[in-house]
Amino acid sequence: MNGLKIIVLAKQVPDTRNVGKDAMKADGTVNRAALPAIFNPEDLNALEQALRIKDQIPGTTITVLTMGPVRAAEILREGLFRGTDEGVLLTDRAFAGADTLATSYALSCAIKKIKDFDLIISGRQAIDGDTAQVGPQVAEKLNIAQITYAEEVLSVNKSAIRVKRRLERGVEVVEGKLPILITVNGSAAACRPRNAKLLMKYKHSTTISERQEKSEDYITMINERPYLNIKEWSVNDIESDREQLGLNGSPTKVKKIENIVFQAKEAKQLTNNDRDIEELMKELLSNHTIG
Amino acid sequence: MANFYTDNPEIKFHLNHPLMKRIVELKERNFEEKDKFDYAPVDFEDAMDSYNQVLEIVGEISAEIVAPNAEGVDHDGPELVDGRVKYAQGTEVNIEALRQAGLMGMSLPRRFNGLNFPIVPYIMAADIVSRADAGFVNIWGLQDCAETINEFATEEQKERFLTRVCAGETMAMDLTEPDAGSDLQAVMLKATFDESKNIWLLNGVKRFITNGDGDIALVLARSEEGTADGRGLSMFIYDKRNGGVTVRRIENKMGIKGSPTCELVFKNAPAELCGSRKLGLIKYVMALMNGARLGITAQSVGVSEAAYREALAYAKERKQFGKAIIEFPAVYEMISLMKAKLDASRTILYETARFVDIYKTLMHISEERDLTKEEKEEMKRYQKLADIFTPISKGMTSEFANQNAYDAVQVHGGSGFMKDYPVERIYRDARITSIYEGTTQLQVVAAIRGVTTGGYLARIKEYEAEALKPELEGYRRVLVGLTEQYEAAVKKVTEFNNNEFIDFHARRMVEMAGHIIMSYLLLLDCNRDHNYWKTFEVYMKYGAAQVAAHAQYIKFSSPNDIGKFKIE
Repeated sequence: MNGLKIIVLAKQVPDTRNVGKDAMKADGTVNRAALPAIFNPEDLNALEQALRIKDQIPGTTITVLTMGPVRAAEILREGLFRGTDEGVLLTDRAFAGADTLATSYALSCAIKKIKDFDLIISGRQAIDGDTAQVGPQVAEKLNIAQITYAEEVLSVNKSAIRVKRRLERGVEVVEGKLPILITVNGSAAACRPRNAKLLMKYKHSTTISERQEKSEDYITMINERPYLNIKEWSVNDIESDREQLGLNGSPTKVKKIENIVFQAKEAKQLTNNDRDIEELMKELLSNHTIG
Repeated sequence: MANFYTDNPEIKFHLNHPLMKRIVELKERNFEEKDKFDYAPVDFEDAMDSYNQVLEIVGEISAEIVAPNAEGVDHDGPELVDGRVKYAQGTEVNIEALRQAGLMGMSLPRRFNGLNFPIVPYIMAADIVSRADAGFVNIWGLQDCAETINEFATEEQKERFLTRVCAGETMAMDLTEPDAGSDLQAVMLKATFDESKNIWLLNGVKRFITNGDGDIALVLARSEEGTADGRGLSMFIYDKRNGGVTVRRIENKMGIKGSPTCELVFKNAPAELCGSRKLGLIKYVMALMNGARLGITAQSVGVSEAAYREALAYAKERKQFGKAIIEFPAVYEMISLMKAKLDASRTILYETARFVDIYKTLMHISEERDLTKEEKEEMKRYQKLADIFTPISKGMTSEFANQNAYDAVQVHGGSGFMKDYPVERIYRDARITSIYEGTTQLQVVAAIRGVTTGGYLARIKEYEAEALKPELEGYRRVLVGLTEQYEAAVKKVTEFNNNEFIDFHARRMVEMAGHIIMSYLLLLDCNRDHNYWKTFEVYMKYGAAQVAAHAQYIKFSSPNDIGKFKIE
């Protein structure tokens, strides 16, 4: 059986899991400079599912596609260190300020340029926006089927895929026809570690923008080793309707941002017993304070 | 994400030692593989950057996977199922993570799919993994055995076995038997050559074999019928795929419970000779042991690190009499000494690793081409240093690991005695370090030559001659004073020409040398990085007191006293 062509959609996000006091600016927006930029956690779960398919089916290739600033190439390298075949960075001022609709439009245009694919896998949602909209919208724009909340790809061949979904009150096993888009939950298997050899092979890989200030020796090396070139696409590299990109293409308007400072009156007294602690855990989980 | 490498800048400090330049240059043969392998470094900076980044992977796996699994693995342990070892669930997960990360066969050549790392960064990985789980490092660290195959086996054997090690198969070294522990000359496992099949067959029992059910094992066996000593022993490679060996029992141990310690029964187990007949014990085991001892030194450092961190965290958090207990002199004095012993252990570990790196790499190069006269001298010089530093560092750092684990429990008070805190496990895990791969007493036997032939003193004099920043000059004078006490003690003990008297004081003399060497190494660390100043002072004061105590003991001792120590 021939391998599958898989595209993994990934996003570089500020690490909102370890927030310090500088995490928010005075105006209530995220202070991206103070937070380390990381591979969106559920996109790593998605990547692992893709890598497992590649382990099983020889000849499978994985392309990681991301949209973001130049530094987002970092997560494309993270993908290469784990066994992906290539990375594509979609970066341009024209994409800036995109909401989920404009983002999924731009991504779908880039996927059309990649053209040949059997499977698109992405994380359920990103930890900076928590919308879970981009994956499904990309599927709609490409007019392909989708399976959301996947926890495990149970089997896959050139024509169909069987997936275990994790839902609120249980699990569900569904099948879909390829090509298809899958979004993966955080409850799926954790992503494998970076591989030492792949890291040493790809650590010098860069996009053209990252190469601007590199030495001549480095440029010579890149020319000798074409695999070190990470694809970088601007708005001119994809076919798109500019009106649907970036801020122009984003109907979402932020009405107001509230900066919430917790007051002492919100304090709650617990007695030191298991039941109270369990209740608190349930409460925090259900209102998404944790988990 | 937690990371046991990036949260511990001391490891990186040792990685950046000036001698690394020479080590990398030799190991990479002037970067000749850069166009042959896409992961080979192009220059020194590139190589160092690779070590650094790969150690970050090790640190991440250790902190995020191995350490959280340690408690469960300690509790569950391996199981014996139908004569085979079944690892604890957590152990399986750990091995898989390290396999996926390509961290098996770290120091093996690239032509066998290894990473071709020098010993120094490999030992750093062992140091990091040990901190996460001292038991697990045994299974992973047995890739050391591959180094023996790489040194002594044929190219064809290397091709077959080393590629498998690099792909993640585990190893074992089958030496000990019920009646052959410290005295390996007594090994009885029988190797007979079967002419018709053209293979060796092994029969007998091995005991206390770490990871005894590993995929590939080095087995010490008696190939020369009628012999009774070490000269009748040869080294064999046993491949589990060929069968013939079953696990009869997994020992129920005090610590490192995740590491399966096996009793093995060999019944016509096919095996192949590694190297030449009769050199099994006298040459190959010695090489194997030296590598393993360095590994245990790394394990000891990792255990010390874990113990120190647990003690420090608890002492800061635990409040008694209205303040954190770390504010009491009795406690901070203890913790600062733990830190000093930890730093001293780590500095001698990497000093030793550098010596091993240079001489072993030159040895491998000598198989490819003739060494120059300078290179030959360099190899000899570092081999001598490695030979005397390996036992002294294993002996002293494993004792320090035990002392640190003891103190870490003590800092925790009653809580430390409970299984609720990791120190209880660390305490049990530490205990083996001063026993296996040669007890401390046997390390002293190996190290005493360094005392009597003046090897340690010569090295101490070299440290003494190193250029120091002016503000550190005063310390040199203190250490010169300690060295004089050491010289006087050695002179006193050796002038009687009485071997029993030398053996009687051997441990004291070796320890004196060790304290002085570690003090100098920490002083040189201070010279490179002022942050070592505190730990150096604490260690030096402690070391000076120990040296003085031993000097005093020896000063008032004579061969006539020995009888009083003999209990009938």
